[in-house]
Amino acid sequence: MKITRAEVEHVSRLARLALSEAELDSLTGEMDAILDYVEQLKTLDTEGIVPTAHAVPMENAFRPDEIRPGFTPEQALANAPDVAESAFRVSRIIE
Amino acid sequence: MTIYDLTMAELRTRLDSREISAVEVTNAYLDRITATGPDINTFITVCTDTAVAEAQAADQALAAGTAAPLTGLPIAVKDIFNATGIRTTCGSRILGNFISPYDATAIARIKEQRAVIIGKLNMDEFAMGSSNENSAFGPVRNPWNLTHVPGGSSGGSAACVSARQAAAALGTDTGGSIRQPASYCSVVGLKPTYGRVSRYGVVAYASSLDQVGPITRDVRDCALLLQAIAGYDPADSTSVNTPTPDYQASLTGDLQGLRIGMPQEYFIEGLDDDVRKALEQAAATYRDLGAEVIEVSLPHTAYAVACYYLIATAEASSNLARYDGVRYGLRADNAENLIDMYMQSRAAGFGAEVKRRIMLGTYALSSGYYDAYYLKAQKVRTLIRQDFLDAFEKVDTLLTPVAPTPAFALGEKVNDPLQMYLSDIYTIPANLAGTCAMSLPCGFSANGLPIGLQLIGKPFDEATLLHTAHAFEQATEWHQRKPEF
Repeated sequence: MKITRAEVEHVSRLARLALSEAELDSLTGEMDAILDYVEQLKTLDTEGIVPTAHAVPMENAFRPDEIRPGFTPEQALANAPDVAESAFRVSRIIE
Repeated sequence: MTIYDLTMAELRTRLDSREISAVEVTNAYLDRITATGPDINTFITVCTDTAVAEAQAADQALAAGTAAPLTGLPIAVKDIFNATGIRTTCGSRILGNFISPYDATAIARIKEQRAVIIGKLNMDEFAMGSSNENSAFGPVRNPWNLTHVPGGSSGGSAACVSARQAAAALGTDTGGSIRQPASYCSVVGLKPTYGRVSRYGVVAYASSLDQVGPITRDVRDCALLLQAIAGYDPADSTSVNTPTPDYQASLTGDLQGLRIGMPQEYFIEGLDDDVRKALEQAAATYRDLGAEVIEVSLPHTAYAVACYYLIATAEASSNLARYDGVRYGLRADNAENLIDMYMQSRAAGFGAEVKRRIMLGTYALSSGYYDAYYLKAQKVRTLIRQDFLDAFEKVDTLLTPVAPTPAFALGEKVNDPLQMYLSDIYTIPANLAGTCAMSLPCGFSANGLPIGLQLIGKPFDEATLLHTAHAFEQATEWHQRKPEF
């Protein structure tokens, strides 16, 4: 076993993703099979190989720090599930 | 003459001569979508009202003599592109009601030319899938055989162009999501070099792999649409500031002196016999056209799928963290507290494949596993990229299959994620290497399903890809076949 049901449950909390009992069961098996498959990478010697984060070698992209038009508060809030005045509203986090 | 049977280049001539109007063209497509769209479930949103208004504006530009190459041409876009005032679902329940407040750069560029955005196309949720069965809006069907998948994740884009419901479409390709459906539906699809087309305003899946590209009826149309969307964009810090060549000018048909490589690792066990024969025939056609076809090696090919499913899922788990029910998207109303609200909203909003990839990516990035999985995959990515750079020392372009088999049946692979992932084996390496690749029709299987060939080019050399593809298309008639639909 590459991964246990308890580990899958732990990862679901890291991912902020609630999973049903049935999902935990099926994901444990599926993730185990996929992790078993990717195990083949370990057979490759990558000593001294520089990792590729990005296929096109690039320097940092800078732009001038100047004021540009952005969304109005109304536009920014238009898709929000809950709004109070000009803010996104969520449940109380400090008692 | 049936308007919806014409290519974009053919429509261009008739629009410019005022033989037909942009409104007539748009209405012909809207009628076609009404008549045939629901049968293959291609569209998530049809932009009926705005499309007619855009067509009227296009007619004004035509009358004023200010038409651009795309003016008046109805183009449909994968529902991953933000377009102002239109819903962008990304095939997900979590964005089911999201109305875009801005245009993606690719959308802005085709709008500048007064193209008509005719609708938003079905897709695998968050572009994660190879069959378009992962959409919250139902699966797309293959116009060549309604019991088969159209491929994915740009399944709606390929099926729509194949079924002649738009003049062309835009898709995105992270591990083959333009090329594989293009091959399954017998249309032309091109994934440009990473950095050639801006990703600004495109919902992110795996940011180091995602790229925007055209899906069209033929190679000339592909060149036309790529021309419009390619080029540097300061809004995308990974877009590359390099000149865009004149792609139409590269379509000369002359292949004398061209060197084409066939990677031996792509012609292995598991490759369908009909696909193998079609590729051998394509190689023979290329030789007849004066190209030199030789065998080359990409030694790390077998590791590409494993490498991809670690890198892509890791990046996805990070990108999709933004869907938390706070600023936009679905919010669960049964939560006990804020953390529970995040967890329940994401549980209710995401489908099974998206959850699977978020979980796999979160695991690969988690404490204690980062070096063994994510970092290891990034090192293997270097080896895979180097394979291509070495091969391109010997040849100008590579000729390969797009997928191991023609389109599979709906439901055939839904219960086996790993088998589904393995169907991307020939397309994933170009994304990992960041280079350009395209799919074009090259035959049919014994049971009448399309087969595509893949050309993989040097980084930023889309011109050679289009040139090589165009010559093949001129010498064959596969691209002229249409599904009975």
